[in-house]
Amino acid sequence: MDATILGLLLLDGVQNGVVYGLLALAMVLVFAVTRVILVPIGELMMFAPLSFVWLQGGKLPGTLWLALALGALWALLERGRGRGLPLAGGAGLLLLFLLARGNPALAYLAALLLVVYLGVATYRVFFQPMREATVLALLIMAVGLHVAYQGLGLVFFGPEQYRPDPLLQGEATVGLTWQGVLVLAFALLSAAALYLFFRRSLFGKALLAAAENRLGARLCGIRPEEAGMVAFAIAGLMAALSGLLLAPLINAAYFMGFMLGLKAFVAAILGGLVSYPVAFLGAVLVGLFESFTSFYASAYKEALVFLLLVPALFYQSLRAKGVEE
Amino acid sequence: MSLLAVRDLTVRYGALEAVRGVSFALEEGEALALIGPNGAGKTSVLRGILGLARTEGEVRLGRKPLPQRTPEALLQRGVVLVPEGRALFPGLSVEDNLLLGGFSRFRRGEALEADLRRVYALFPRLEERRRQLAGTLSGGEQQMLAIGRALMARPRLLFLDEPSLGLAPLVVQEIFRTLAALKGEGMTLLLVEQNARMALSLADRAVVLEAGEVALSGRAEELKANPRVVEAYLGAARGVEG
Ligand SMILES: Nc1ncnc2c1ncn2[C@@H]1O[C@H](COP(=O)(O)OP(=O)(O)OP(=O)(O)O)[C@@H](O)[C@H]1O
Ligand SMILES: [Mg+2]
Repeated sequence: MDATILGLLLLDGVQNGVVYGLLALAMVLVFAVTRVILVPIGELMMFAPLSFVWLQGGKLPGTLWLALALGALWALLERGRGRGLPLAGGAGLLLLFLLARGNPALAYLAALLLVVYLGVATYRVFFQPMREATVLALLIMAVGLHVAYQGLGLVFFGPEQYRPDPLLQGEATVGLTWQGVLVLAFALLSAAALYLFFRRSLFGKALLAAAENRLGARLCGIRPEEAGMVAFAIAGLMAALSGLLLAPLINAAYFMGFMLGLKAFVAAILGGLVSYPVAFLGAVLVGLFESFTSFYASAYKEALVFLLLVPALFYQSLRAKGVEE
Repeated sequence: MSLLAVRDLTVRYGALEAVRGVSFALEEGEALALIGPNGAGKTSVLRGILGLARTEGEVRLGRKPLPQRTPEALLQRGVVLVPEGRALFPGLSVEDNLLLGGFSRFRRGEALEADLRRVYALFPRLEERRRQLAGTLSGGEQQMLAIGRALMARPRLLFLDEPSLGLAPLVVQEIFRTLAALKGEGMTLLLVEQNARMALSLADRAVVLEAGEVALSGRAEELKANPRVVEAYLGAARGVEG
């Protein structure tokens, strides 16, 4: 292997790795606050670029109706003033989609907000009512939603792959497109923004507090269901932005979310679902590992990544003495 | 008009009736001690009032009844609990724990600096350790932090569930001195305690709970002289303390 190939593999690995990293951060956050392992994060991620492609082609995507239907259920579950958010959000979303047909800038925003709204509605409708359930029951719900959303993705967008136009054209150097630079910059900025949010803002700390001690948080006036909604909103935002930025490089299709989400899951497990930095670094490692194995044994590319799970799980089993729910 | 009135409170866990038909009232500025043996249902009374357990009966706060009892709703009305086990945020710093105690006020746009200074004045040890993680504090410091965190919400009525649990006598004294100071400032206290001696010296009135029911209640001095209380709660304590 010469230096050029090494460089390309490193670049490719890091570029994918940082995106897995963002998804892994979102998974760790959602797990910490709600104990939900967000398996359908890959589907949320794919819904963004696919909805964008539909809007750009002047069509309203099926994901809009899914989001509005869940939003209506969400509104039904709320009482009084709590209905404002789902109703106003749904109406705003519908309006934005009607305006965004054929308008790329608006379509980008619409696709983004759709996934955020869908993420929050998913939490409110499916997970929040079963908040006292065990991690296993929540996981079963998450896997079920992943299967359902993937199936709906096929219905809404068909089996084809789409490649939306990149935001930035051209190559920065050999093997690194400007879009790739954008992905890297976005990932690092998001990680930094999350860090600042949790370190500097009392809202961020309130989210951490809800994750650390639910009773303590309630006694301080931090509502666990609100914390859960914020965690899902952040996860939706990260998934949507990663999906929109990455799709021009790797295509978008209804089935692709699964692998992306699974790799983020591997990284999140490396961090024991509790450590943000380890999850992020683990994700970069997953990206690099994937890139190098695909060079040496491309047929096994997707399978070999999961080999990383074995040492990670072994490490977790050694550490797991007194894990409390 | 009492600040808090509890009438016929029953708390159930499944088939188990942990609290049966308990009634008491708490006047503004008063300290009421709730004492009783382990498993008597003291914690359950507090949980029931805050809506953390399934209850029957009526809880009134001032003039207004409470339509839905949740910790959040009571917090809005100035009722804050320092729970058994403290429920701190162990991975966050002392100062962050305190600031989060004022989160509901922060969200309404109120400043928290003055309250932080006040808590640090009450518990100088917390200021020395403000950057330390709450989980690494000693038991006494954690209890101070739990009380300090509750004070950040500016409670009118403070519930304390066994603040002396597992602490050395000197620290217990320090904590009770602080509680006495808070009472002196006009704060209303509902104090659940195993340490009946300390509790009865701080409180104006007391309720003795046994097997989920009120066994005795009255002025603290009268209860201190009551032979049954002396035997069951003060005699034993004297024995332990030597
Ligand atoms: N979540 C629960 N589920 C079932 N039973 C419970 C629960 N919490 C408390 N109990 C039972 O209710 C009864 C009263 O418990 P509670 O914690 O109120 O007592 P306590 O007076 O606070 O005791 P201690 O002084 O030991 O703290 C006990 O018999 C206890 O086993
Ligand atoms: Mg108790």
